[in-house]
Parts: sequence; structure tokens; C-alpha cells
Amino acid sequence: MEKTANPITLQVEFTTDTKGQPSNVAFLTTWLCDHLMKDPRKEMFVLEGSVRPGVLVLINDADWELEGEEKYELQSGDEIVFVSTLHGG
Amino acid sequence: MPPRSCEVCNTARAQILRPKNHARICAPCFISIFESEIASTITSAQLFHPGERIAIGASGGKDSTVLASVLKTLNDRLHWNLDLVLLSVDEGITGYRDHSLEAVKRHSAQYGLPLKIVSYADLYGWSMDQVVAQIGKKGNCTYCGVFRRQALDRGAAMLGVGHVVTGHNADDASETILMNLLRGDLPRLSRSTNIVTSTPSQAKRKGGEGQVTFTDVKRSKPLMYAYEKEIVMYAHYKKLDYFSTECIYSPEAFRGSARTLIKNLERIRPESILDIIQSGIDMAKLVPDAEGNRKGAGDDQASTRAPRPEDEPNEGGCGSSNSQSAGSEMAEMEAKLTQDSRAEETGTETEITLPIKPTPHTLQPHAHQPTPSGPPNAVLTLDPKAQNHDRHTHTHTHTHTHPTTTTLPLRTIQTQTNPANKPAPPKQRLGHCTRCGYLSSQSICKACMLLEGLNKARPRTGIEV
Repeated sequence: MEKTANPITLQVEFTTDTKGQPSNVAFLTTWLCDHLMKDPRKEMFVLEGSVRPGVLVLINDADWELEGEEKYELQSGDEIVFVSTLHGG
Repeated sequence: MPPRSCEVCNTARAQILRPKNHARICAPCFISIFESEIASTITSAQLFHPGERIAIGASGGKDSTVLASVLKTLNDRLHWNLDLVLLSVDEGITGYRDHSLEAVKRHSAQYGLPLKIVSYADLYGWSMDQVVAQIGKKGNCTYCGVFRRQALDRGAAMLGVGHVVTGHNADDASETILMNLLRGDLPRLSRSTNIVTSTPSQAKRKGGEGQVTFTDVKRSKPLMYAYEKEIVMYAHYKKLDYFSTECIYSPEAFRGSARTLIKNLERIRPESILDIIQSGIDMAKLVPDAEGNRKGAGDDQASTRAPRPEDEPNEGGCGSSNSQSAGSEMAEMEAKLTQDSRAEETGTETEITLPIKPTPHTLQPHAHQPTPSGPPNAVLTLDPKAQNHDRHTHTHTHTHTHPTTTTLPLRTIQTQTNPANKPAPPKQRLGHCTRCGYLSSQSICKACMLLEGLNKARPRTGIEV
């Protein structure tokens, strides 16, 4: 998994999901926010429980809007890329 | 969700949902469509002349990186023979611009384009780091913005280039339109809808080609109709190397709010972005410029008047039926305008009467199709079929069948507090800064005013090229 805009690449392994939640993209983003994101400005990534508008999400190199967005269920080996468009060009 | 195939090639897996028309297409088709749309914007707005020297304002960020890549690709592919150079401004912000300039240097090598960097320190004697040390983080964006505009023009002049293109995208354009709408600044709203925003000199070019003065630099925005999302996607699929971080100094709070609003709207209805631009263009037609002429009226006549800073006539979306006005009507308009400008001098409120013409024989459905601006020697064009700007549905529907008159009350901006927006009498408008020679409606330009404040603590320095 990768976060571009000064790309950060990381592999995440999920053994079991907590409390029987489906391991979908929504779960992943919440998990990333809670466990891995060190920057206190969480709202630049997740806003009101979903990925902030302006952050593009690619699921296996395809627009997540074509893949069911946050409901997409993660498969083993999937590549999820978050690209923020929120700062200067 | 089962994978769908691309709507264009019907073979590859769809990877992008296009914001403007909801098309589901694959990455290779997307790249080719994106490029051809930019080409179409350029040719239909007649932005470039064959062989023209163009400076690409390059920050190292996504927009200018994509702009440079696309222009280089199109220039090679379509044999435009443009002479492209990269022009960067070094504001002197350690930890930000120094890093992004490294990206620009790599692009220069990669695309084989020469690079020119002009720095605030050299031009003004102040880097932004020093400015911020002096005035603090609050309000420093004003300095940066005023300095940058001149810096690009001066850099272009040093290169002998009369045209600078910037990477402003559709999201930026709709943000700016929205901000000006929220500020009630219709003159600026009107200017922000232009794809060409130049600062042409009032003085005629001396000696024709070759000699370019910094007051004679044209500006344009070839990515003005390109979604930010698609620019980022393009950079991603083309594996472009760009620098991405936020300026370390204070962000523009108001723009930030407009931006958030636009992004939220985009999530719900992606067409909103292009629709805001279209609305801006349509509103601009109702806004009288400093000479009192509406953009939509009398494009043909516009070329006979002297241009003024930031107010290039008749580019962008002037292709509507409104532009086909008769001469007598223009005269009527002129008379009305003289009246109006007199009224504006005394009060802040005026009433504009907009004559509505009978429906012309042909409607021009494509709002982005400009009328040719002046008589250029030659411009890059495609066949008319290819000129269709691909806004998916927009057409102008003028339903008036009889000549009639509509009266619109127009609240003009408070001119006392903001003299720059006031339609000034021609003599003042045609001025140059008495210190540095830059175009200015005041005797001393904004940059020199700001420098004066800064230099109070220092021995005086002027702007040097």
C-alpha cells in the first residue's frame, strides 16, 4: 500500500479483522488513521468518517469510484494508493 | 463489482471514471483523450502561433509538470514547432521551493527543455524567508503573489519570450470564480474566466519580433478546462515525477474554504466544476469592463481599443450569439457607458441596460469557442470538427425572438476602498510604474509599494532586471 505525494509505501497484513467488520476500504482508512498516521491533521485524510474529497483513491491502479469506493472488500495482494490533490501545484 | 471494460476501446479494463461525463475508460485511452482535449483547447482558443516561443511557468508541482509534459508531447506529435522553455520562480522559501526546483531541474533534463530560474532575492533584494522574518507569517501571501506575477513577466522578458503558460486547472478556475462571486467582485470574476490573462503593453512592440519587454507578456492557461483529478491521474499513469507539498507559510484561508466547497461539490456532482466555469463565463458577459463594454458585446470592436493590464478582450468563452452585435448597437452601448462611468464616479450604484438581440441565424453551441482575437499572422487550429470542446451537454439557448430590453441592477464594488478595481479614466489606466516601469494603474505599482515598506529598515533598492 502506498501513499503518494512524497510517496510512502507500506505493506499491511491483516490476520483477522476486528469485531467481524468487513475488511473493506473504509475499514482500511480508519485503521490507517488510527494506527499508522502520525500527523495530527487526520482531517486531511479522513473527514467525517470517509476519505476526504480531493484525496484520490486507486484500487489496483483503477479509480475507486469504479470499484465500489469504501465498500470494496480487500483481497490479498491488492494495491491501494491514496493521492492527495489538496496542496499546491 | 465486476470489472467493466473501457467504453472507448471495449477491451481493456476501465480504470477511470471521468468527472465531466461519467465515461469509464482505460488508462491508455484516458491518456490519449486527455492529450487531445488539451490540444483542442489550445487550437480552438488559438493560444499559440506556429513557431512561437513559449515559457512554461514551472513550479515542479503536478499541474505545471503535466502541462510541460503534455505540451512537449503535443509539440512533437503535432509538429507545432513551438520553442518551449521552462521558467521557474524561486521565491526563496527554504524547505519548500528549493526542493520543488530540484524536480524542475530533472524535468528540464528529461524533456530536453532549457530552464530559467528567476529569484525574488535577485529581482527584489528580498527572499520570502526574509520577508516572513520581517513581517511575520500573516499576510505574506500578498507579497508572494504580487512579486510572482512580475517575476514571471520579467523572467520571460529576460528569455525574450512573449508568452507564459501556467498550469491553472479547472478546479483552480472554479475556485477563483467562486471566490470572486463571494466577494462580490464581478470585474475580477470576469477576468478570471479568461483563458488568456495577459498584461500586454500599451506601448506598441518596437521592432517587431525579438525584443520583448516585461510589460508585453501574454499569459494563458491551457489546462483551464482540465479537472485536477484527471491531471493527477495523468501524472500517475505517465509516471511523471513531481513535487508535492504544501507551502510552509500560511495558506490562503479563504481560497482553502472555496477549495473545500468545490471538492465537496465534486464528490456529489462532478460536472459542477465545469459548470461553475461556464456560469462564470456567462456572467462575465454581463460585466462591463473598464471601458464599459460587456465582453459578450462587440468582440470585433474590442480589437480596436487599447488593451489593458489583466484584461485581454475576447478570448475564452465569447462565442455565444451575444457577440454578433451590430455597429449601431455598439455606438448605443458606448454612449450608455459614458453615462455609466460618469455615474460610477459619483456613486457606487448604477443601472445597466442590456439590449437583447433577436435570435441570430445560427447558434453557436460551443461556449468555449472563441472569436479570433485580432488578426494574428497564423494560429494553430484544427478542423472545426475537432474544435468541439467536450463539455458534454452545454448549449446556449436564447429564447428571445423579438428585440427586447432587460434591465439589470448592478452593484459595483466599493471603489473608494479598492482603487485597483475602479474603472479608471484612460490616462491613469495606461500608466507604468514610475519606479520600475511595470504596468500599473497607479503611479507606483503594488510591488514597489510593498518593497518600500520592507526597505524602510534597509538601504533603498529598486527592482533590477
